[in-house]
Amino acid sequence: MQTDAIDHGHEAKPTHLRFQFSDSARQFHAAKFGMWLFLGQEVMFFSALFCAYAYYRNQFPDAFWHASQHLNTKFGLWETVDLLTSSLTVALAIHFIRQGKRGLTSAMLIITILCAFIFLGMHSFEYYTEFHEGLLPGRFFHPEASIHLPPESAMFFTCYFFVTVLHSIHVIIGIIVLAIILAFNLRGKYSSAYYTHVEVGGLYWHLVDLVWIFLFPLLYLIT
Amino acid sequence: MSLAVVPEAAPHEAAQEPDYIRAKSGVLSWLLTVDHKRIALLYLGTVTITFFLGGLFALALRTELLVPDHGIMDAMTYNRMFTLHGVTMVFFFMIPAIPGVFGNFFLPIMIGAHDVAFPRLNLLSYYLYLAAVILGLWGMIHGGTDTGWTFYTPYSTTTTTAVLPILAAAFINGFSSILTGVNFIVTIHTLRADGLHWMRLPLFLWSIYGTAVIQVLATPVIGITLALAGVEHFLGTGIFDPAHGGDPILFQHLFWFYSHPAVYIMVLPAFGVASELVGAFTRKPLVGYKMIALSTFGIAFVGFLAWGHHLFTSGQSAVDAGVFGFVSMLIGIFTSIKIFNWVASMYKASIYMTSPFLYTLGFFFLTVFGGMSGVALATISLDVHWQDTYFVIAHFHFIMAGGVVLMFVGGLHYWFPKMFGKLYNEGWAMVAAVLVILGFIGTFTPQFLLGNEGMPRRYYSYPPHFQFLHVTSTIFAYILGMGLLLALINLIIGLINGPRAGNNPWGAPQYEWDTPSPPPEHNFSATPVINRDPYEYRGQEIIENAN
Amino acid sequence: MIFAAAFYNDWMRRILDLPDQASSIAPEVDQLHYFVIAVTMLGAIGLTIATIYFFAKYRYRGKQMIGQEYKPGPMFEVVAVSGPLAFFLLWFFIGFHQYVEISSVPDDAMEVYVMGKKWMWKFAYPDGPNAVGVLRVPVGRPVKLLMTSRDVIHSFFVPAFRLKKDVIPGRYSELWFTATKPGSYQVFCAEYCGTGHSMMRAEVVAMPQAEFDTWMAQQRNSPIPSQQDSYQSKNEPQRGQANMVVQGERLAGEKGCLKCHSVDGSAHIGPTWLGLYHRAERLSTGETQLVDEPYITDSMMNPTAKLVAGYGPVMPTYMGKLTAPESAAIVEYIKSLRDPQLQAQPSEGPAYEPGRRP
Repeated sequence: MQTDAIDHGHEAKPTHLRFQFSDSARQFHAAKFGMWLFLGQEVMFFSALFCAYAYYRNQFPDAFWHASQHLNTKFGLWETVDLLTSSLTVALAIHFIRQGKRGLTSAMLIITILCAFIFLGMHSFEYYTEFHEGLLPGRFFHPEASIHLPPESAMFFTCYFFVTVLHSIHVIIGIIVLAIILAFNLRGKYSSAYYTHVEVGGLYWHLVDLVWIFLFPLLYLIT
Repeated sequence: MSLAVVPEAAPHEAAQEPDYIRAKSGVLSWLLTVDHKRIALLYLGTVTITFFLGGLFALALRTELLVPDHGIMDAMTYNRMFTLHGVTMVFFFMIPAIPGVFGNFFLPIMIGAHDVAFPRLNLLSYYLYLAAVILGLWGMIHGGTDTGWTFYTPYSTTTTTAVLPILAAAFINGFSSILTGVNFIVTIHTLRADGLHWMRLPLFLWSIYGTAVIQVLATPVIGITLALAGVEHFLGTGIFDPAHGGDPILFQHLFWFYSHPAVYIMVLPAFGVASELVGAFTRKPLVGYKMIALSTFGIAFVGFLAWGHHLFTSGQSAVDAGVFGFVSMLIGIFTSIKIFNWVASMYKASIYMTSPFLYTLGFFFLTVFGGMSGVALATISLDVHWQDTYFVIAHFHFIMAGGVVLMFVGGLHYWFPKMFGKLYNEGWAMVAAVLVILGFIGTFTPQFLLGNEGMPRRYYSYPPHFQFLHVTSTIFAYILGMGLLLALINLIIGLINGPRAGNNPWGAPQYEWDTPSPPPEHNFSATPVINRDPYEYRGQEIIENAN
Repeated sequence: MIFAAAFYNDWMRRILDLPDQASSIAPEVDQLHYFVIAVTMLGAIGLTIATIYFFAKYRYRGKQMIGQEYKPGPMFEVVAVSGPLAFFLLWFFIGFHQYVEISSVPDDAMEVYVMGKKWMWKFAYPDGPNAVGVLRVPVGRPVKLLMTSRDVIHSFFVPAFRLKKDVIPGRYSELWFTATKPGSYQVFCAEYCGTGHSMMRAEVVAMPQAEFDTWMAQQRNSPIPSQQDSYQSKNEPQRGQANMVVQGERLAGEKGCLKCHSVDGSAHIGPTWLGLYHRAERLSTGETQLVDEPYITDSMMNPTAKLVAGYGPVMPTYMGKLTAPESAAIVEYIKSLRDPQLQAQPSEGPAYEPGRRP
């Protein structure tokens, strides 16, 4: 809400500058700071699940190892590569918009979103397989005949499903956020002088990737 | 304006600008506002409703407890009532109230800013809170739940009551809290006016800052914990179910990891209000500004490490218990620092007795006793007897009700002239304050004794020898309720009919009193520069209330 | 002096509305309680008086008057911190010491199994009767309660003993006490558990040892069966679940244990139960395992984890098929199958690992 009652000075104000900020730089800094704080709380959000995982793994070390063998590690590895790539492309998107190259920014955002969809696709296939093998949480844990897992392995799958579903929800949110940023960029909203959304959106996406980097070894690579 | 405004161009006269209430009209201008002051009033309306709703639940409980067995309701209804009392008060009043109302209204003004860093996010915070309240009310209409506000598993995951809407409401409320915390931290860091270095920040803002840090870091944990409990209730996924290898105590650890710092989300803002009131009504600079400011972070930090004192009888190892007990004692030190400094501020003061200051005196008394009972509870072997008894209820109500509520109501009286530009009747306000303070003392002191005797909490029926203390507690609960109602009515009459207030009816030195009452839409016409300390008196006059 | 101390103890106890001190730990806990309350009350009253005094003396007396800035030296903060800190730490240490005492079960404690379920308390003596709602104990003898829940979390609270412990499904929690005087002491459930939470009460009846022994002897309505009889016992009509050993014997038949485990020493598909308890078994890994309550329970829940050498991994798991009291009963039955030459050993502790049992 702009108003003439506020006098920030005689020079023309950029259109993106909000009334409560005296200059662009401060506004940009505030946006980034706010996103970092939000990422801090996202970390805490996942940390409770990591704690539950650590506790139960400590309780049932053998069962967790056995259960982990039944995850599709190859897929997990490709998902990791895919997300790392998407982090690279989103970083490139920020790099390009800083130089004002809107076209390349859009391209990078599109690739990032594609990578995200690939991740979701692969992961859905994993869930599909686990569903068919009966490897589900808690009372739904009915491994099919060919799979020999001790009953307490159910807890591994409980942890696995909770944390990966929560992560996938964040991937979906990330897709929505990136898509909106892409749409804005195609409409010419950003420039080398103003690209806050791209920067903070990229930060969010990096967190989504980072969570997966921790998840992958903890779930798939238990030895 | 003594904020030493440096006009950067030909100044618009502040007097010509309409205040924030009159600046825009129409329902949508309120519902879609991004003005932090209007958002504060939206919060004020909603928390007043939730507070009185929670209070009604409490009076229903206390009425039932007049008799040892069936009084006015059956056991299941009683169980739902205490749960809803807890849920409403904790999630829908205590957590949002002071930050949502006074934090929102005064943070930007106190730092010389035109608004918070993210005004639209601020409005979103309010609507998330409102959605949570509505969802909670919907759950209550469907009978609510009886798990207690602590939702311990496996009871909460196996109960047939409407626990899911209540869990969902608490979850959504959490996001409101988190976003408010993010907003306030960024605002304090990035929007301080020139000249406002950290050691000039009003103490209220130090406490809002500490609160915001806890809001951001702790709330996500309760969010995920309640979500896990909800999914388990709905699907039976077994994360807390022993039959599938789960551990119900894990829920308790995760729950209290948030809920212990949460009590500091509730109490730190109250401590901040107390600092402001002491600064205003002792008419001299506060003693120990730095210690009061920094002890806030002591409480916030150590508060994260003490959660296990809720699990002394749950079956953790003696070593764990020892660590948590030790850490819990340390928190008492930080609180003591504040109390000693506030009382020392009254030495050689010039104490101007008003209803807000009466609330402050009541706050000192109740918080000191409540805090001392907290230290007693932290003494592990004593807690074995007191855990889950009325002693604990008395302890936290002394702080929550006697501390936070008194400072909410006291702060509301103090800032009323600034927020609304009107004066209320001081005489009636004093009467209400006395009723409220005496009501609190009489309601909750007997509960310490009940706890000593062994009366467990969440009990619908009890052995008859507890009855005398219960009856005493109930009678004073009604007095407390009447006092609060009287305070509310008095304020509403003042709002409608009261005389106009000047900029600074209390003659207080803090920054917000330099703006008009009520402030204009963007708080200041030109960006202020702050060149003095917040509690530095320059001989402001007290304008006697025209009652 | 002793009389004065007793008088002080009783006087403080009454002022603070504390119940009788009926356990060995209660007087100690109360002493600490008095100490903490006295100091905190004095401190709080002192602060209140200071506040009122300052308020009276330093009232505002004119239109503009402001107070004098008061900057106490650093000693003020030092005292404000170190004074309370000293007391808080002292109370912490005494309280922790008492808590360790409360948590440390004496070796010679008499065991009783406690089962909480909505909304009643059941008590079972290892080779004695079951009871609902009344726990009889001898005065002057340590009693260890091994407690578990059938459904949700409850809490066993005896105000007169100043003791409380949560009772959790899926695991055993322990609480010990020594009743110091005869009488009947209220037991409350102290963790919300549903509609009947406030009705879930019981009593601890403490009796002199001789009376207790007499009562116990009267209650045992069936002797521990001899080894020869036990094989056939599953065909006999069910007797009442008078004691855990008999119950365990019955379950061993019903659940199929006796298909593979003999009770007379003869070799069979699984190790014989005669003299099994406290035997040092050699495992298939080469390690030696002492057969104690945890190992027996583990073997029921995860039989192939620690296999005895020479036996195949054919035992099915009983996780989900035995309730907590049932597996406890089987453990007690196995314990009763002692070779007379072997010495009786006291119980080791709770028979369950957390998180492994339905």
